[in-house]
Amino acid sequence: MGDLRTEEFVVNMGPVHPSTHGVCRLMLTMNGEQIVDAEPVIGYLHRAIEKICENRTYPQCIPMMDRFEYVTAMSTNELFCLATERLAEVEVPERAEYIRVIMLELNRIASHLIFYGTTAMDCGALTPFLWGLRERELIIDLFEETCGQRLTYNYFRIGGVANDLPIDFVPKCRSALDVIEGKMSDYTGILNNNPIWLARLKGIGTAEADHALAWGVTGPVLRACGVAHDLRKDDPYSIYDRFDFEVPIAQEGDCYARYLVRLEEIRQSIKIVRQALDGLPEGETRTKIKANFKPPAGEIYTRIENSRGEMGIYIQSNGDKKPLRVKLRGGSYNQLQFLPEIVRGKGYLIADLVAIFATFDVILPEVDR
Amino acid sequence: MERLELKHIFSWLHDLLVSTGLGEPWLSVVTYLMLGAMMFGALSVIALFLVWWERKISAHVQQRFGPMRNGWHGWYQTIMDAIKLLQKEDVRVTNRDKFVFFWAPVICFVAAFLAYIVIPFGDGLIVADFNIGILYIMAVTTFTIISLLMAGWGSNNKYALLGGMRSAAQMVSYEIPMVASILVVIVYSGSLSMVDIVESQSGMIFNWFIFKLPFGPIAFITYIIAATAEANRVPFDLPEAEHELVAGFNIEYSGMKFAMFFLAEFVNMFTVSAIAVTLFFGGWNGWLLPSWLWFLGKTLLVVLLLMLFRWSYPRLRVDQLMEFAWKFLVPLTFANLLVGAAFKYLGWYW
Repeated sequence: MGDLRTEEFVVNMGPVHPSTHGVCRLMLTMNGEQIVDAEPVIGYLHRAIEKICENRTYPQCIPMMDRFEYVTAMSTNELFCLATERLAEVEVPERAEYIRVIMLELNRIASHLIFYGTTAMDCGALTPFLWGLRERELIIDLFEETCGQRLTYNYFRIGGVANDLPIDFVPKCRSALDVIEGKMSDYTGILNNNPIWLARLKGIGTAEADHALAWGVTGPVLRACGVAHDLRKDDPYSIYDRFDFEVPIAQEGDCYARYLVRLEEIRQSIKIVRQALDGLPEGETRTKIKANFKPPAGEIYTRIENSRGEMGIYIQSNGDKKPLRVKLRGGSYNQLQFLPEIVRGKGYLIADLVAIFATFDVILPEVDR
Repeated sequence: MERLELKHIFSWLHDLLVSTGLGEPWLSVVTYLMLGAMMFGALSVIALFLVWWERKISAHVQQRFGPMRNGWHGWYQTIMDAIKLLQKEDVRVTNRDKFVFFWAPVICFVAAFLAYIVIPFGDGLIVADFNIGILYIMAVTTFTIISLLMAGWGSNNKYALLGGMRSAAQMVSYEIPMVASILVVIVYSGSLSMVDIVESQSGMIFNWFIFKLPFGPIAFITYIIAATAEANRVPFDLPEAEHELVAGFNIEYSGMKFAMFFLAEFVNMFTVSAIAVTLFFGGWNGWLLPSWLWFLGKTLLVVLLLMLFRWSYPRLRVDQLMEFAWKFLVPLTFANLLVGAAFKYLGWYW
C-alpha cells in the first residue's frame, strides 16, 4: 500500500451548535478526528453594553448589566452597584447587604445547577439536565417573588436593593435549600461513579496551575488546578468576611475536578445562604440617593467572585450623571482564550472538546458583552 | 379455550376466501398478503406504543408528565404524531444522490420488519419456523447498516456521512460479541430454530438460559450491551450524537422518510428485546396466562431496561466505544463461548 495522503482540515464548530452554549464559533484544525488546534472566534453576541452605559445615567445602567451575564444577573447587579457605591461612598444598610448575599449565593447555586445539567447533556445524559433545572426552578421562583423577574432581575440599587423581601421569603428559601441539599445525593449518584462519565471526564482537559494563572483564568477552573483563589476570601466585598465557608479546591485540573469543585461550591453556597438567613437583621433596605445622582470625578475598578470567576468593572466618572467609560471583565472571556492552550496538540477528539468547553462553563454574553 | 395459533388464523382466512369462490394461485397470494398486512399492522402498533412508552418513561425519570393531552395520559399522541409526519412536506436536498436517498429509509424500515418472520410471539404464533431462525435474524438485521450508510451517503452532507460511517463501524463491531453471546445459547440448546430454542427452555424457570450459571448470565449481559449498540441507543448512540454531529445520518430527512427511520429504530429495539427473551428468558414459557402475553410482557420488561439505560447514562466517546467492543466485549464473549462449549462437551451442565 502506498503512502496515504493526509492533510489537516479546518472545521467550523458553531456559531450555532448545540454544545457551544450560545453563539461561539470555534475554528478547529483537525487531523482526522483529532484536534490539532482550536481558535475561538467571538463577537457574535456583541451588544455594545459598555458603550450603551456611557449614554445612560448610573441607575439606568443596572438593567444593562443584567444582559451582560444573564445566567447570574444578580452578580452583575452587585458588581455595578458595588463599584458605584465605592465611587460615591454610599453606605448600604445592613439588611440590604444580607439580602444581597442571599441573592448572590442563590444565583450562584442556580448557575452551577445549569452547569451540572448542561455538562451532563453535552456528554449525552439528558436526565441530569432536567434534574438540575428542576431545582433551579425553586430558586428562580424565589427571585420572581422578590423582584418580579426570572432572568434579568434588575433588583439591586445603588445604596441597597429595590424592595424588601416578600413576607414568607425566609421559610420558603430554607425549604428550597433543604430540597436542593437533599437532591445533591441524586446528582452525584447518577453521575459520579458512572464509568462512562469518568471515562469522559477524568484526565481530559488537564490544566496546570501556572499556565492557568498566566492566562488570567479564575474561578472554579483555577480552583480545580489547586489554587485556592476566591475573591470572597481574598478580597472580601460586601459582608462576605462574616460568613464561615470553605473554598473547595481540587488538584487534578481536569474536567472531572472542575465538575467536583462546582458541585462542592453548591454545598458551600447553601451554607452561606443559611448563615445569612439566620443573621438577617431588620431595618432599612435602601439608602436614599439623590434623584440626580452624580458620583464625584474619579475612577474605580471593582471585582467580585462570580460563578465563572472574577468579574470586574472599571468605571471612569467625570462627575457627570453618566459614566464617562465603563469596561467590563468577565471570567468566561479569559477561559475561552485559555481553551486553545488546553486543547492544542493533545490529540483530543471533538467529543472531548465538548466536555472541556462544558466544564469551563463559558457563556457567551459574558465574553462578547 | 382453544390455543391461539397463527395456522388457525391462516386456515380461517383460507376458508373465508374459498367461500368467495377465489381460486389458486390468487388464493395463496391474497392470504399471504393479508397475513403480511396483519403482521405489519401489529408491529406498527407496537412501535407506536413504544414511542409513547419511551416518552412516558423518560418523562417520569425526569419528573415530568410527558404527553398528557390526547386521551388518557396522551395515549394517542404518537398516532397524531405519525399523522402529522405523513402530512409534512418531504424536503429533499438538491445535491442528493436521488436513488440512494430515496431507498435508504425504505430498506431500513423493511429490514426492521423482516426479522419478525421467525420470532415466536407465542406457542404456535410464528410466521415460519426456519431451522436457521437465529442465523436468519442476524443476517437480515445487518441490512440496517447498509441503509444507514446509504442515508449518510445519499444526503450529501458531512454530518450525515459521519453519522452513517460511525453507525456502520459501530454495528459491525458489536455484531461480533452479539453473535458470540448468542452462540452460547445455541451450544446449549443444540438448534438454530427459534421454536426449538424456546422449547428447550420449557418446564421450570431454572431451565431458562439466563440461569445456566455462569455462562447464561454473562452471555445475557454481553448480549444486552451489544444489542443496545445495535439499536443505536444511549450509551452507544454515537451515530446521532447531537452534540457532535447535530443529528447524524437522518439530518436531511423529513416527513415520512424521517418517520420510517424513527419507527424502524423502535422496531429494532423491540426486535433485540424479543430475541433476548427468546434466547434467555424462555420465550413464551409461562404459567396460567396465554403464551403470547408472557412473551409480550417479558419483552416489554427488556425494552424497559433499554429505556432506563438511555435515560440514565452519558454517551461514550467514539474511540472508547470501539475500545470497549474490541478489547473487552469480544475477548469476554469468546472466552465465555469456549468455556461454555467445553462444559457442554464434557457434560458438566444441567
